[in-house]
Amino acid sequence: MTSDAKTLISEPLIDDNPITYQILALCSALAVTTAMWPSLLMSLAVTGVLAFGGAVISAIRQQIPDNVRIVVQMTIVASLVIVVDQILKAYAYDTSRVLSVFVSLIVTNCIVLGRIEAFAMKNGVTASFLDGLGNGLGYSLALLSIAAIREVLGSGTFFGLTVLPLVRDGGWYYPNGLMILPPGVFLIVGLMIWAIRTWRVEQVEAPEFRIRHVHRSEAGA
Amino acid sequence: MSGYLSLFAQSVFTENLVLALFLGICPFLALSRRTDTALGLGGAVIVVMTVTVPLNTLLLAYVLRPGALVWAGHGDIDLSFLALVSFIGVIAAVVQVLEMALDRFFPVLHQSLGIFLPLIAVNCAILGASLFMAERRYTLTESVVYGFGSGVGWALAIVVLAGLRLKLRYSDVPAGLQGAGITFICAGLMAMGFMVFSGLRF
Repeated sequence: MTSDAKTLISEPLIDDNPITYQILALCSALAVTTAMWPSLLMSLAVTGVLAFGGAVISAIRQQIPDNVRIVVQMTIVASLVIVVDQILKAYAYDTSRVLSVFVSLIVTNCIVLGRIEAFAMKNGVTASFLDGLGNGLGYSLALLSIAAIREVLGSGTFFGLTVLPLVRDGGWYYPNGLMILPPGVFLIVGLMIWAIRTWRVEQVEAPEFRIRHVHRSEAGA
Repeated sequence: MSGYLSLFAQSVFTENLVLALFLGICPFLALSRRTDTALGLGGAVIVVMTVTVPLNTLLLAYVLRPGALVWAGHGDIDLSFLALVSFIGVIAAVVQVLEMALDRFFPVLHQSLGIFLPLIAVNCAILGASLFMAERRYTLTESVVYGFGSGVGWALAIVVLAGLRLKLRYSDVPAGLQGAGITFICAGLMAMGFMVFSGLRF
């Protein structure tokens, strides 16, 4: 593996993470992460679509006319998503019911179109495949971390196995309902971004305005 | 009539696309820096949704559903697996036509909304509304109400968030939370506010 290929895969894991740094692909990430199983399946689906979508688009990038490229890209992505959807329905029917429209919504997932526009339209097939794979893995990492927090704190289980025995079943843990509800996930992602940016200081955004304390001798002038 | 009113209220408040169902989050966070941008995008989303959801309902009812092709003499054909591709096609086409029409007839409006229209083609809220319409089997009138209501709900959320961020510019946010982080936390607090509506019945 060359160093180029390595960066393509490792860069999006933390430094250029689709969710916590690029702030893309959030809809699915926020909606399906109430438990680990759906999140894992969703990660696999998105990683697959990203990698193969990138490769296919990159292979025909010379033939796509520039002004209809969005339609072409979306048609290819939509076909891949239909394949993924059919596979999920065949092999994991119950979880695919939980994911409901969110598998179909991979078509408009901004990370897929974002990588295709920004990378696959300009680079070779192998590079595009690796770039898609890397971004897919970064997405999966973020998704699984969010899901782990939500499932353990929200329902005391991990992949459906009991970790914190609930009071309801004779244990000691009172489940935190906020973790399962929509507002909780916004707070979790916000705090995750804070944690990552405290660790990787170079990701911090510059403030638009800064408060300047004025000494009273300047104030009159 | 009251059924339509409650469907409208439901799509604006209790089932708000952004804050309860997490659709269209990316533009919601990325383009809420300024109130006028948020208003422009919100308006464009309302228009596109009100047009595409009923169009997709018609498409579903007369072409895609099992047995929908009876009028053409092919009652035994089931094209429902093509729903996703056709919905996306309709949305992309409507956006394109709308852009050309605005450019031709309302240049002023095109100036302010124009740059947002291509973005809308990939806004998952738009596709999401059509998919929910298909899942819940709305009639044509219901789908007009639902499309309009969902658009209004989305626009309301982004304009409110833009207002909050405008105030935030002058506050002293910790370095790591600057920008994306604090926006998420604001959205979380807003979602909590919107949850209050969930007990409402009209």
